[in-house]
Amino acid sequence: MTDIRHHIPDDVLDAYRAGTLPHAFAVVVAAHISICDACRAQLEASDMVGGALLAGEPKAQMRPEARARLMDLLDTPPPPAPRGSGVFPAPVMSELNGQPPRWRMLGGGIRQQILFADRSGSLRLLYIPPGKAVPEHGHRGLELTLVLQGSFSDSEGEFVRGDVEAAHDEIDHQPVAGPGAPCICLAATDAPLRFHAMVPRLLQPLFRI
Amino acid sequence: MSEMTRDLIAVRDGRDREAFGRLYDYFAPRLKGIMIRSGLRDGSAEDAVQDVMLSVWHKAAQFDPHRAEAAGWIYGIARNRRIDLARRRPLSLPEELPEPESLEPDQAQVIALQQEARHLAEALDRLAPEQAEVLRAAYFDDISHSRISDAKGLPLGTIKSRIRLGLERLRHELRDIAP
Repeated sequence: MTDIRHHIPDDVLDAYRAGTLPHAFAVVVAAHISICDACRAQLEASDMVGGALLAGEPKAQMRPEARARLMDLLDTPPPPAPRGSGVFPAPVMSELNGQPPRWRMLGGGIRQQILFADRSGSLRLLYIPPGKAVPEHGHRGLELTLVLQGSFSDSEGEFVRGDVEAAHDEIDHQPVAGPGAPCICLAATDAPLRFHAMVPRLLQPLFRI
Repeated sequence: MSEMTRDLIAVRDGRDREAFGRLYDYFAPRLKGIMIRSGLRDGSAEDAVQDVMLSVWHKAAQFDPHRAEAAGWIYGIARNRRIDLARRRPLSLPEELPEPESLEPDQAQVIALQQEARHLAEALDRLAPEQAEVLRAAYFDDISHSRISDAKGLPLGTIKSRIRLGLERLRHELRDIAP
């Protein structure tokens, strides 16, 4: 937990807090906060301000029967709290519907599972064997990549478990998985990736990456 | 420690319904006020408040006075509820922290956090009415406060100092927007 050096950018965290972040990115933020105490604390500190402001807000009368009705509900069992499993924190397990990943081979030992995709963005898990490179690509929009296991390096530095790389469309990068355990990442994009090599581009619609 | 935080701990440790009733009486009308302010109709606002207060009861085991005081913690639950009502898919939430191993609090840290909360409340009191209104609008109208949170991330440190640093930073920013 103490090794995390690459955090969620402030503007992205603000959008998360405001509830305006598209689902794919919100999952990456929630997964990062699950393992990053600094970002969790930042959110808690901001909620403390909200709580302090609440004291001065005008009250709106509740209906007279509301209190008793809620008191009657206190014996209902609470909904189960989502749990993490292995390297996957709870928000990722929720996207996996509680099941282990079902990887699809992308070639070169690289695997992925699409977790979510719609017009607002896509979310996938990537599995990259040690020393392997993800095909070089640029972005049309924002890509957030969170390392869940192992590590990768690119022109922006080294990323280990908990680190998030925020790549904007100007960054051309070629992540290479570090030695040791295979690198497992959670990646959200708001636009399909552009690959430079011709073949991967042709394969893009097939693999939805 | 504030009375509200003490009540929340009583709910957590003793499932104390009287303490919960006091929290309800204090928070429900204020939460309903901000739910209406954020654009909900009366009935939906009231339903949202009931959901929030039931979550407070159910999630009380998660409350950790080293990290939060009652008002901020409850506000966080209300914020998430309001966001879910506005989104097509519920907001993905971080995994809950493991419940604190010991219920015996580290008094120094708890007191330090409460002190920060008091300083924060004082800083808010010192704001000119227009500025306080800007801040309230940022928090309660669109449930965001991008205006005051564009500073860089918190420095690393212990959990405790992180939260306190975050609050210091926020207070500092409040000073900046004050006259």
